[in-house]
Amino acid sequence: MSSAELAALTIADLQALLRRREIAPREVLEALRARIEEVEPKIDAYLSIDFDSARNEAEHVNVDLPLGGVPIAIKDIINVAGQPCTCASKILRNYRAPYDATVIRKLRAAGAIPFGKTNMDEFAMGSSTENSSVKPTRNPWDVGRVPGGSSGGSAAAVATDAAFGALGTDTGGSIRQPAALCGVVGLKPTYGRVSRFGLVAFASSLDQAGPLTKTVRDAALIMTAIAGHDPCDTTSLNEPVPDYTAGLGRDLRGLRLGLPKEYMIEGIEPQVKTAINSAIKHLQALGAEIVDVSLPHTDYGIAVYYFLATAEASANLARFDGVRYGHRADKPRDLLDHYGRTREEGFGPEVKRRIILGTYVLSSGYYDAYYLRAQKVRELIRKDFADTFAKVDAIVSPTSPVPAFKLGERTADPLQMYLADIFTNTGNLAGICGISVPCGFAKIDSVQLPIGLQLMGKALDEARLFQIAHAYEQSTDWHKAKPQL
Amino acid sequence: MAEKSELDVGYVAKLARLNLTEEETQLFQKQLGDVLQYAAKLAAVDVSHVEAAAHAVPIFNVFREDEPRDWFTAEEALSNAPQKANQLFIVTKVVE
Repeated sequence: MSSAELAALTIADLQALLRRREIAPREVLEALRARIEEVEPKIDAYLSIDFDSARNEAEHVNVDLPLGGVPIAIKDIINVAGQPCTCASKILRNYRAPYDATVIRKLRAAGAIPFGKTNMDEFAMGSSTENSSVKPTRNPWDVGRVPGGSSGGSAAAVATDAAFGALGTDTGGSIRQPAALCGVVGLKPTYGRVSRFGLVAFASSLDQAGPLTKTVRDAALIMTAIAGHDPCDTTSLNEPVPDYTAGLGRDLRGLRLGLPKEYMIEGIEPQVKTAINSAIKHLQALGAEIVDVSLPHTDYGIAVYYFLATAEASANLARFDGVRYGHRADKPRDLLDHYGRTREEGFGPEVKRRIILGTYVLSSGYYDAYYLRAQKVRELIRKDFADTFAKVDAIVSPTSPVPAFKLGERTADPLQMYLADIFTNTGNLAGICGISVPCGFAKIDSVQLPIGLQLMGKALDEARLFQIAHAYEQSTDWHKAKPQL
Repeated sequence: MAEKSELDVGYVAKLARLNLTEEETQLFQKQLGDVLQYAAKLAAVDVSHVEAAAHAVPIFNVFREDEPRDWFTAEEALSNAPQKANQLFIVTKVVE
């Protein structure tokens, strides 16, 4: 098997070879290194890679564990002991994580090897990975386009076989949208299903970590490893973790899938609409019943999201004050100068914009009109979903209204960038789970661009999403298509 | 809901301890004005009978035993300090 063929394996196939001792973990790492050297100059998916530590771990890893010997790429917002954790921000340029996040500890316990940190929008704020202070990542299907974001490095690495699988984080769509735009699978777990301990906080009531993978089965494998209660995260749910691969292969007969009328809005690329409609017919042919449903407060999602997410971000990012870690301005005159310049020099434009908006909606005189009102509309959005999940097993929609857009196309207009999350961020507000799975291509400017189908499920119903997504994926060929770099 | 013109980016930046250039202040004033205008639609929602949701999964009063456990050593806690000496963070002068 050539190193390119080896790098192209799914986690499930790779792990089977490792377990049968047909291949050694260090050979896997070498094949992956060769593939990364080949594609990284074209896509810029990584911020740092530590093959020395990875080789060392590969020597001692137990390949009989569920992810034994499998290298996993990690979004650079998740702490991996001894490795940089920069959040693609200048303010954390020289930061090295002194500890493992709980998801990393759990990955290691399952035998996985976290070997490198992937590019992202600074502090996960963005939908294109263009807000990285280091470099933009490129979409492997068209390097003139964005990979989506904020977990764009993770998505692009998986799409190009430069990672077997990756972790991302999703606050408003940051796993699902880049997964859709790069043609891979991405799951945002239920809020509280996966520990947030060791993730650099953006919006604490919305953030969740989850997998980006080549197949649904691989996502289920990673979820089985990382999910579960953590005493270090008071918002983590104390519920048993099922084997998420157990329900894969079951058919869809008897399942009811809701199609929200509010999601077929103007502004959807017609080819996305066509692809979603044929995916729906396909799901029907597999035995699912399609039911029209309504999520009446959908249109308020973006507004609610940007008030709540920025409010939480403005509080969370107050910790970047140049005192205990991170960048500190040179020779401050006094404490105000110290704070003001440290943060001016350390943060990029989008982060500054969100700190301003978040501080404003929390400020005296505006709190009730903006922040409190947004929290109340959030409750209405949550109730929309609760009412709908009383009638259906899952909700079907596009992941993103458009395929990958061009680099620079939306950077001048933050509001346009925010609208990229229109189908995903209500899932975060409601705390439910959602998965994006490849469902076709749009042909734009004579290039093929992937389209993602989103399935949303009620809280803690990830197993159901995996079952449906797997049945769909295995009866189509979309996930087998690879970008030609 | 408040009018968009009430946002004073320069003032809010001071509250946030974030220096901005004049250019940034003007740009953000315009861009966030657009965002606030877009979000004005929230004023139309009837929320008179709705309780605010701080988060989606209501868990309250999570406690753990107050027991010592292994955690960072002083060296580890200081490992990313911008300035340190004698196992302490060196900070900017706060008193005259």
